[in-house]
Amino acid sequence: MNIRRSFAIVLRIFYLMRGSFTRVFPLFAWAAIDIILWGFITRYLDTVQSTFNFVSTLLGAVLLWDFFTRAMFGISTSFFEDVWSRNFLNIFATPLRLSEYLVGLVAASMMTSVIGLVVMLVLATVVFGLWIFSYGVLVVVIVLGLFLFGIAFGIFAIGIVLRLGPAAEWFIWPMPAVLAPIAAVFYPVSALPNWLQLIARLLPASYLFECLRALVARRPVPMEELWTGCALAGVYVVLASWFFRGMYLHAVRTGLVARYSAETVS
Amino acid sequence: MANSTLSSRPIGKDHESVPALTVRELRKKYGTTLAVDGLSFDVRQKEIVGLLGPNGAGKTTTINMILGVLAPTEGSIAINGIDLARNRSRALEGTNFAAVYAPLPGNLTVTENLRVFGLLYDVPNLSERIEEMIETFDLKKFRNTKCGVLSSGEQTRSGLAKSLLNQPALLLLDEPTASLDPSAARYIRETILDYVGKISVGVLWTSHNMYEVTDVCNRVLFLSKGKILLEGDPKQLPGVHGKTSLEELFVTVAREPLSLEASTREAMSL
Repeated sequence: MNIRRSFAIVLRIFYLMRGSFTRVFPLFAWAAIDIILWGFITRYLDTVQSTFNFVSTLLGAVLLWDFFTRAMFGISTSFFEDVWSRNFLNIFATPLRLSEYLVGLVAASMMTSVIGLVVMLVLATVVFGLWIFSYGVLVVVIVLGLFLFGIAFGIFAIGIVLRLGPAAEWFIWPMPAVLAPIAAVFYPVSALPNWLQLIARLLPASYLFECLRALVARRPVPMEELWTGCALAGVYVVLASWFFRGMYLHAVRTGLVARYSAETVS
Repeated sequence: MANSTLSSRPIGKDHESVPALTVRELRKKYGTTLAVDGLSFDVRQKEIVGLLGPNGAGKTTTINMILGVLAPTEGSIAINGIDLARNRSRALEGTNFAAVYAPLPGNLTVTENLRVFGLLYDVPNLSERIEEMIETFDLKKFRNTKCGVLSSGEQTRSGLAKSLLNQPALLLLDEPTASLDPSAARYIRETILDYVGKISVGVLWTSHNMYEVTDVCNRVLFLSKGKILLEGDPKQLPGVHGKTSLEELFVTVAREPLSLEASTREAMSL
């Protein structure tokens, strides 16, 4: 493991963002719009009835789900930068190991997703009075668990794009929206039909959002669920990395790395 | 990590005696199509070898396998004595390349690209090395210019600066002067030759410009249908096969490879 090589991947993303407003803006713009939209909706719902705290529960969920999305897109967008600039041959003909590449993508994702998180936290706190970390240190564990799950999902997504070709990036963008209803972000897993609950239980986010709801409602946090969610996210990072490695080795066997833009799905 | 070129060299061996590149029985099969069919050759240090052949002969497939981005179906590749399949990362520390179809990313400046690739190749004293390359390839004026807006010649020079950044033991140049005007092409050739003459590097050079090949290469390998059809000194090889120039020989390889195979067998039997 050579940390300088991983740093090169991060530095490339930093250089790209430093010189490009169009790359920096989306890091926080959509997340900020989500916070503002849901902030006003939940504030309105709080005025309609007073038995349920909509701002904390729903806005907190929106904030953390957007953070998960940022973490996932942090990985996939960094990878797409090499796709868009047809840089695969240059990158993969260097001594860079796959593990060094993935560590670089994770670090780049950390850099970009933290920017989005900070903007969301500032907006939620200043405009809607929601300081999510006031619920204690366990929120940090939930954030870390969601970050890991975002990383796992991001690595899985770029494995798919590597296998299917550049046009497959359009499968990637809607993935968090497809996942959100099953991951029980805004309601308990018990609200889902039985067969969907089984799928939800495969997603770390479903455990972590149950914990968030317990925290916000000042109920005891189901610690088993918290650790299950985090452990599952960790396992998925390993599985996704293994999947990406498989896709990469297939691309090296078939010549897809050298001729990536050819989109030869075989 | 120590100097990447030195660190990739086998300890306790005479560096000059280890070929920069050793290729043995290399094959690449796509389904039923044999793109490369049992290639075996060496590139010695301080030697420039031309890899020639018509389109589809297997040149770029061979180069991609040497770069580790395409897995051979059979055979072995060793760079500076290090087996590529067993020790990919270490073998590639001593390699670099420039190709007309793989320009540096156009959305970074020349200096930014050199820094990123310098880190990927783990180049020691990187800032000094970048300055040296910018000086060598006359890129001072463009150091803060995005590579995408450079002219073809300037992009080629930037790519070459990247390719020599890590002082490779093996340099692969895939049509480095394609799309350049004769004056720019000559400048590039002279710069490469001048640089290669100063350091211990083996070069594998592909080109469709036979005058260029005659000018720069010590030895050429003619590929046809994935096999080495002819090998020799580019200045003498045309005469051996009854041709007046390397270009004429190239055309024969492209159009009538069988007649050359027969004449080669005949020459060998004598």
